[in-house]
Amino acid sequence: MEVKDKKAKEQKQGVLKRIAGPVVTAVNLDAHMYDVVKVGKEALMGEVIKIQGDSVIIQVYEDTSGIRPGEPVENTGLSLAVELGPGLLTNIYDGIQRPLAVLVDKMGNFIQRGVSAPGLSHEKKWTFKPLVKSGDKVEPGAILGEVQETNIVHKVMLPPNVKAGIVKTIRNGNFTVDETICILDDGREYPMIQRWPVRVPRPVREKKNPTIPLITGQRILDGLFPIAKGGTAAIPGPFGSGKTVTQQQLAKWSDAEIVVYIGCGERGNEMTEVLTEFPHLEDPKSGKPLMERTVLIANTSNMPVAAREASVYTGITIAEYFRDMGYDVSLMADSTSRWAEAMREISSRLEEMPGEEGYPAYLAARLSEFYERAGLVETLNGASGSVSVIGAVSPPGGDFSEPVTQNTLRIVKVFWALDAKLSQRRHFPAINWLNSYSLYLEALNDYYDKEVSPEWNKLRSWAMEILQKEAELQEIVQLVGSDALPESEQVTIEVARMIREIFLQQNAYDAVDTFCDMTKQYDMMKAIKLFAELAYAAQIAGVSPAQINGVKAKNELPQIKFIKDYKPELAKIEKQMDTEFNTMRSAA
Amino acid sequence: MKEYRTITKIAGPLVFVEKTEPIAYGELVNIVLSDGSTKRGQVLDTSDELVVVQIFETTTGIGRDSGVRFTGETIKMPVGREMLGRILSGSGKPIDGGPEIVPEKRLDITGAAINPYARGMPADFIQTGISTIDGTNTLVRGQKLPIFSGAGLPHNKVALQIARQAKVPGSTESFAVVFAAMGITKEEANYFMQDFERTGALERAVVFLNLADDPAVERIITPRLALTTAEYLAFELGMHVLVILTDMTNYCEALRQIGAAREEVPGRRGYPGYMYTDLACIYERAGMIKGQKGSVTQIPILTMPGDDITHPIPDLTGYITEGQIVVNRDLHRKGIYPPINVLPSLSRLMNLGIGKGHTREDHKKVSDQMYAGYAEGNDLRGLVAIVGKDALSERDRLLLEFADIFENRFVRQGYDEDRTIEDTLNLGWDLLSTLPVEQLTRIDRELINKYHPKFRTGAKKE
Ligand SMILES: Nc1ncnc2c1ncn2[C@@H]1O[C@H](COP(=O)(O)OP(=O)(O)OP(=O)(O)O)[C@@H](O)[C@H]1O
Ligand SMILES: [Mg+2]
Repeated sequence: MEVKDKKAKEQKQGVLKRIAGPVVTAVNLDAHMYDVVKVGKEALMGEVIKIQGDSVIIQVYEDTSGIRPGEPVENTGLSLAVELGPGLLTNIYDGIQRPLAVLVDKMGNFIQRGVSAPGLSHEKKWTFKPLVKSGDKVEPGAILGEVQETNIVHKVMLPPNVKAGIVKTIRNGNFTVDETICILDDGREYPMIQRWPVRVPRPVREKKNPTIPLITGQRILDGLFPIAKGGTAAIPGPFGSGKTVTQQQLAKWSDAEIVVYIGCGERGNEMTEVLTEFPHLEDPKSGKPLMERTVLIANTSNMPVAAREASVYTGITIAEYFRDMGYDVSLMADSTSRWAEAMREISSRLEEMPGEEGYPAYLAARLSEFYERAGLVETLNGASGSVSVIGAVSPPGGDFSEPVTQNTLRIVKVFWALDAKLSQRRHFPAINWLNSYSLYLEALNDYYDKEVSPEWNKLRSWAMEILQKEAELQEIVQLVGSDALPESEQVTIEVARMIREIFLQQNAYDAVDTFCDMTKQYDMMKAIKLFAELAYAAQIAGVSPAQINGVKAKNELPQIKFIKDYKPELAKIEKQMDTEFNTMRSAA
Repeated sequence: MKEYRTITKIAGPLVFVEKTEPIAYGELVNIVLSDGSTKRGQVLDTSDELVVVQIFETTTGIGRDSGVRFTGETIKMPVGREMLGRILSGSGKPIDGGPEIVPEKRLDITGAAINPYARGMPADFIQTGISTIDGTNTLVRGQKLPIFSGAGLPHNKVALQIARQAKVPGSTESFAVVFAAMGITKEEANYFMQDFERTGALERAVVFLNLADDPAVERIITPRLALTTAEYLAFELGMHVLVILTDMTNYCEALRQIGAAREEVPGRRGYPGYMYTDLACIYERAGMIKGQKGSVTQIPILTMPGDDITHPIPDLTGYITEGQIVVNRDLHRKGIYPPINVLPSLSRLMNLGIGKGHTREDHKKVSDQMYAGYAEGNDLRGLVAIVGKDALSERDRLLLEFADIFENRFVRQGYDEDRTIEDTLNLGWDLLSTLPVEQLTRIDRELINKYHPKFRTGAKKE
């Protein structure tokens, strides 16, 4: 027995041959693709990404400075996996699920290497309440019981990749994630924890077509370009145009039950901001601190690129896990371009044949595999859950024709096009209303009809028409000035300005305006429409555009954004608008 | 220490050495020339057969007969309190005629990433005395805010004015300046040095000089030495450190040169594909640490080739830094100093450092409103050129004028003019009061009543 063990071990132990940055080569290593290996004397974590003859090529998740040829490499024989179970929520992880708070304890304020830290606490006890009883038949993915993790109930499930069985014993009480809570009659024992390889999607019973919007509280998104629960959206834009702010707004205010936020190759301070802010913000629905429904993954731009590459998979696997419990999860990845660049960097070190702009030829495939893990599903246990994925894209020079943007747009259903021209004039969110689109509009019509108002869809089409019209008129204005336009079109220009400045512009930093529910969105748009109707009627009756633009009530309207209980004020403004127009018309 | 004489190839800044014992990745290397002098380098690639060393100086004089010594450790920098007031070369050797630095510590120059969990949130407003920064693109402690400029524009003057005037109102904590020059001319360097001496700033400054005629590859380590020093002063000695890096464009050129020598697949415009990550490892070395006193604030300066903000150097920088201050040629031609164009400029941390308790409650909204007015007025200039002023509506005419007075009164100020934040904000209100009150849609009524010159009963700082 001993000998055999030793032999097995020898076989798994290889030797480093070459080190060039994050990519190293080992020989004499018995390995399979994507095996996790321990590199060098410090046992740095790495992953097999290429096998060529006797050489095994490994990407290392930590800095490789100081490592020498000849040092040992050990194969764990496992794939890169995350730990799933109670303790995920409120946590902040690096790209390979090491909790950053634990790393601070172990190695101080700066990230050093060679320290491993499990994703979940293995000491903490959780109160487990069983939801099955002995004799029950349990299928893979079945919910065995639950733990009150934060204000969120964590459903403890049978792993998806095991055989069904009959419950022999189910325990009740306080357990660590490793303690057995369920024994099946064939003797298999299950603790609360499961491990799942990050590069493999978790199975579901069925994928369904989304029909319910993810309400974000952002007027331009909910109003004009909604994303469905279980849908995919891309938000490309040049630097400083608002990708991160928009993603953070979604993380804060969207009506998802769980939020997974991946800071992939972006700034450290942005993650700190989330960490400091979220615990003090309340979920507008539950009134509970937002942090309690959030899992953060932070692999910032100066952290190792291989771990950056993995961070996206770590995030989506955690998202799928909560989906399997029947939750609506939304996942933000900021930025998928940095992920693609990590792939490019690794690929170029492998001396692979580069595709477009140096990206590997498999870029498109990886992107679509990733977005394909979003969706509204019937889970293995029959519940309905969803993962919505919103990916930021950072195109070089803000040019959308580059490969990451283009390959992403071929997959996602919603496109929120950020525009530097808008952000420069501080029109926020700087989402271009002419280029953006949502392919979910039709699928969501019913929801809006029922939940908001039967008029909502018409109102939206009307606003879009005015904005389109404005764009055409602006071209003329640029040549001849606005005074040369027919009077009715001057009114259109004014109405479009109102839609832009009142409805579309939304200040993420204003305590009230940061979140706008559907009722308020509807009321605001309706007030603008009311103005438009009165204005066109007045214009026909002979009132001049200058007079129409001078309507005082119109100038009061923007203030609505900053008022929480806006209804009385809005009613007053609408009434005043009516009176003013009446006076003007009878004078005309 | 063993000395190898097995150099097989020298290409650009790279030296290839064969038949060595196992050499560590990233190890510091000394190359010994036949005249006994040494040159430093670092291991970029190591295997049983071949070690690739990148030299930080010129390869002049290195031949197949040169000796190679591997030091067994990564590049460390001696740091100490005594560095304040000193002038060092781009590779960290004293060049001011003073004594060697007596190290209190030797630190790895690569610098580890600050654990995001350990970061403190920047929130202290730094008053630079420049309205276009304080008022509309506020700098805070721990921020990285570059200046994007063009050849021949007064970015150095702006940087110096910031370095000279920067203060946290009400704070008496100790602070220092770390200045790193990469590939700038002797004349430009003198300009900085004279100003440091004139204002006495040198005493609390550490200066690293890699000039235009110094080896280009040395530029790869200069900013790292500067930031290692800054981190030491900030996180070990508790100082607030302002780091000025100029010119990052020269740094990137050096990076491209090394990439080419390694025959790497080039990315956009020939710059290496990993330039984003490389720059991030420099710029991310700014910030604060929870529960600690000091801070590192970075003002990198770069000249945009062809004034093109989409060029990979400003582009990648903008994707990493927390905003940018854009120096503009048109404003410079109009004779406006500082020629800062606020429209493409941005400070992402502004919101953390302004408002009640930091500057003044009206700060954000005044800034937003000025942006909106200036942006619209600026657009109208194009229209006026075609249709003439008379075709404009009253509203547009006022906006057009607003754009002019904004440039002439808000943007324009003296090189020694140090405006307080109150001055800047009140000036903003004065300008906004040229527009009809109804047009101030970005500001809530309450603030208008309190601060608008027409209504204000005496706006004061709370
Ligand atoms: N909805 C908004 N409301 C108010 N301000 C906003 C909004 N969106 C963006 N901004 C402003 O724009 C700045 C830049 O936004 P953000 O950091 O999200 O850009 P980004 O697209 O993520 O850039 P990068 O690619 O460099 O990360 C913010 O700091 C903020 O000042
Ligand atoms: Mg961002």
